[in-house]
Amino acid sequence: MTTGILGKKLGMTQVFDAEGKVIPVTVIEAGPCTVVQRKTVQSDGYDAVQIGFVPKKAHRVGKPMIGHFRKAGKGAFGALKEMRIASGSPLDAGQEIQVDIFKEGDVVDVTGHTKGRGFAGVIKRWNFKGGRATHGSMFHRAPGSIGASAYPSRVIKNMKMAGHYGNEKVTILNLQVVGVRPEQNLLLVRGAVPGARNSLVFVRHAVKKGN
Amino acid sequence: MNLLKEVEKSYLRSDLPAFKVGDTIRVYSRIKEGEKERVQYFEGIVIGFHRNGVSTTFKVRKESYGVGVERTYPMNSPLIEKIVVKKKGDVRRAKLFFLREVSGKKARIREKKDWLGKKGVAVPAEGTPERTMEEPPPAESAAAPETTETKE
Repeated sequence: MTTGILGKKLGMTQVFDAEGKVIPVTVIEAGPCTVVQRKTVQSDGYDAVQIGFVPKKAHRVGKPMIGHFRKAGKGAFGALKEMRIASGSPLDAGQEIQVDIFKEGDVVDVTGHTKGRGFAGVIKRWNFKGGRATHGSMFHRAPGSIGASAYPSRVIKNMKMAGHYGNEKVTILNLQVVGVRPEQNLLLVRGAVPGARNSLVFVRHAVKKGN
Repeated sequence: MNLLKEVEKSYLRSDLPAFKVGDTIRVYSRIKEGEKERVQYFEGIVIGFHRNGVSTTFKVRKESYGVGVERTYPMNSPLIEKIVVKKKGDVRRAKLFFLREVSGKKARIREKKDWLGKKGVAVPAEGTPERTMEEPPPAESAAAPETTETKE
């Protein structure tokens, strides 16, 4: 069964494993998350839970959402996320999900929003090579030809061009859990995860491996 | 950030002696050859630190059969068995990379001596320890009898 938790990316550091090897890790403050809503086949046509993270003051929540949060009766939250669960799952509204759903050695997927880079050129956005800087070169960071004049005489769809880059949802699959510290709600994941420090990430058991 | 520091804290080592750039030290590190594990030492001059919390490393340089050899060790690596400070160096810069360019007499490092402070009070040459809870550097004779150690 796939289960997950919302968390805050705290940043990267390194730890030593049992053999003394250096392992790069991302530290995530994961949970505790509260189940705000339980969806069932009878009521919604599928089985899922909506989990909330980061408590929010009630007076900062709009009226429609107040009514929604009131059903679980555990306060309001700044971040909500729905995830599918097995139909027989005992999870119900009001229950808490802690970081201890993971253990060392688990394989997880981490979803986050990458750092926004604004309007970026093709070198940064698509790793184009660019041209020579000096010696009379007049071709520096431009994209080059995007469609010849005679044929095809138009720009082909999905041509790699300059534009907005970053701030998109990205999931990194199959990251290894290096450590879990339930008393501090910390999760140590091997390698990098999308997003800036303090950004919201969603960690779940890997869907393609190990579970 | 503070929680991140706390994670790092559990991996910091405080049992190694204080040493500085210019010091001659002997680093005993555990290495694994197949199934067997043994301790190997590497002796040379500390030519620089890269200070970055738990990721701090230091570079040790020595001349071996006329060839300069440098090794970088993670300061907090559990593979470092111990460190023995052989000599205290008197240097005026943080990185001694100029040693790569020089040899012979120019490649010497002045040894730190006790000197008299302004008011005639002797100031010990030992630098103030960088961390608390540190033991003084063990005596050289203590390091000698271990037979399994091999010089690199």
